[in-house]
Amino acid sequence: MPAIRIPTPLRAYTGNQAQISVHGATIGDALNDLTTQHPELRPHLFNGAELRSFVNIYIGEEDIRFLNGLETEIEEDDALRIIPSIAGGN
Amino acid sequence: MQPIVNQLGALTNDEIHRYGRHLIMPELGMDGQRRLKASSILLVGTGGLGSPLALYLAAAGVGRLGLVDYDIVEETNLQRQIIHGVSSIGKSKIESAAQRILDINPNVQIDKYEVPLTSENALEILEPYDVIIDGTDNFPTRYLVNDACVRLGKPNVYGSILRFEGQLSVFYAKEGPCYRCMFPEPPPPGLVPSCAEGGVLGVLPGTIGTMQATEAIKLITGIGDPMIGRMLLYDALEVSFTTIKVRKNPTCPVCGIPADQVELIDYEQFCGVPAHDHSPAAVAVNGLQNGADLPIPQITALELKQRLDSGEDLFVLDVRNPEEWEIVSLESTTARIPKPRLMLAAQEVQAGRIKLADTPLAEIPRDREIIVYCRSGARSSDVINTLRDLGYDPHKLVNMAGGILGWARNVDRSMPVY
Repeated sequence: MPAIRIPTPLRAYTGNQAQISVHGATIGDALNDLTTQHPELRPHLFNGAELRSFVNIYIGEEDIRFLNGLETEIEEDDALRIIPSIAGGN
Repeated sequence: MQPIVNQLGALTNDEIHRYGRHLIMPELGMDGQRRLKASSILLVGTGGLGSPLALYLAAAGVGRLGLVDYDIVEETNLQRQIIHGVSSIGKSKIESAAQRILDINPNVQIDKYEVPLTSENALEILEPYDVIIDGTDNFPTRYLVNDACVRLGKPNVYGSILRFEGQLSVFYAKEGPCYRCMFPEPPPPGLVPSCAEGGVLGVLPGTIGTMQATEAIKLITGIGDPMIGRMLLYDALEVSFTTIKVRKNPTCPVCGIPADQVELIDYEQFCGVPAHDHSPAAVAVNGLQNGADLPIPQITALELKQRLDSGEDLFVLDVRNPEEWEIVSLESTTARIPKPRLMLAAQEVQAGRIKLADTPLAEIPRDREIIVYCRSGARSSDVINTLRDLGYDPHKLVNMAGGILGWARNVDRSMPVY
């Protein structure tokens, strides 16, 4: 089953889970499954049906924007990752 | 990659002695050390990331360090900003950092810019330096540094931290992507906490800052593979280092156009947040943004205490995070809704995706005076602006000036502060 890594800023919405197994044949399916399991996460990732522009989803080391977006097909053992936009430095 | 610095500085015998462990490595050698001596680096911020950066770059023999900061050293900085010490509390960070740098290496020339970096002064401040290192703490300055670096054709050694996670990359539009290729737009205000709100492990800026220093040295001397087109993700809890690709976006609004056409914009407006986390400016910027000319009503801790003591029925709303409730809270707190939860609910209500009555906002009455507090008064001001946007009566929303820190300072001195 593919797994999605949740960055720390979003773990408040996944009961502090860092890694969540998901079902689905595409990235879109997987994210839908993720946000069904954790509905509070949905507004952080989606604006309606659209992925928010500041949300970066990676499969392995590749940005899905440069693959097939939400339609990108995924395999059983794929590692998905949400890359947060963070600005801390002080 | 070719070294960014082509000049070779002259080393004295003392310097040759000092840098011996560099000089005996063939990758660096006399050539690399002389490039470092001739090089100049601008550090934007002398805080968490800026501290290890300045210490190591000075020790490594960089010839000239520019420091941009206008903060003063506070006790709460010392958990992570290791260039400063107790003796510097109350002093300007730049003076404190400069003193420490010169103690480590008196051969370093220090340029001090004790001003906020803005769209008006950024090009002039960045221009003289070979490498720019972004160690700021807010989105507006990060976008500003990126755009100015693209415009000037300079590499931007990027590091960012929050809680237990860090990111590292080198954004250099001449050779690869820029920050905007990866993050075209900032997140909406309030969605991603700052370190002041979300916390940061004190060691984390050390980890990321020292890696930024390493990248700067590699760029200057031309050794190794710089983190251009890649981003390192560090998770301190798992001890995982993951590298991902960052691709150049051919339609990037900044690095996808000729560099001399890149215009610096109003980044506070672009990001919807002030370019720092100081509360008075936060109020001003948000006030402007909402077009609200009515200033946020303020109440001091002492006034609140007096009104509570006189038996007034006030609704006191704590918008801090649960971890902070455990440190210290006001006994008179009526309700607790963490700011991130409240902002998210507001956003969903405004987008028409959920009814206000089905969110935590329903707890906040519209017919009573609401006293909103956080740690210092900044988050509570943001919350008040958001509630105003949702149609709450602006006269009934009152900010507790100075937050719970103000209460600890002026009402109950036995309270812990954090």
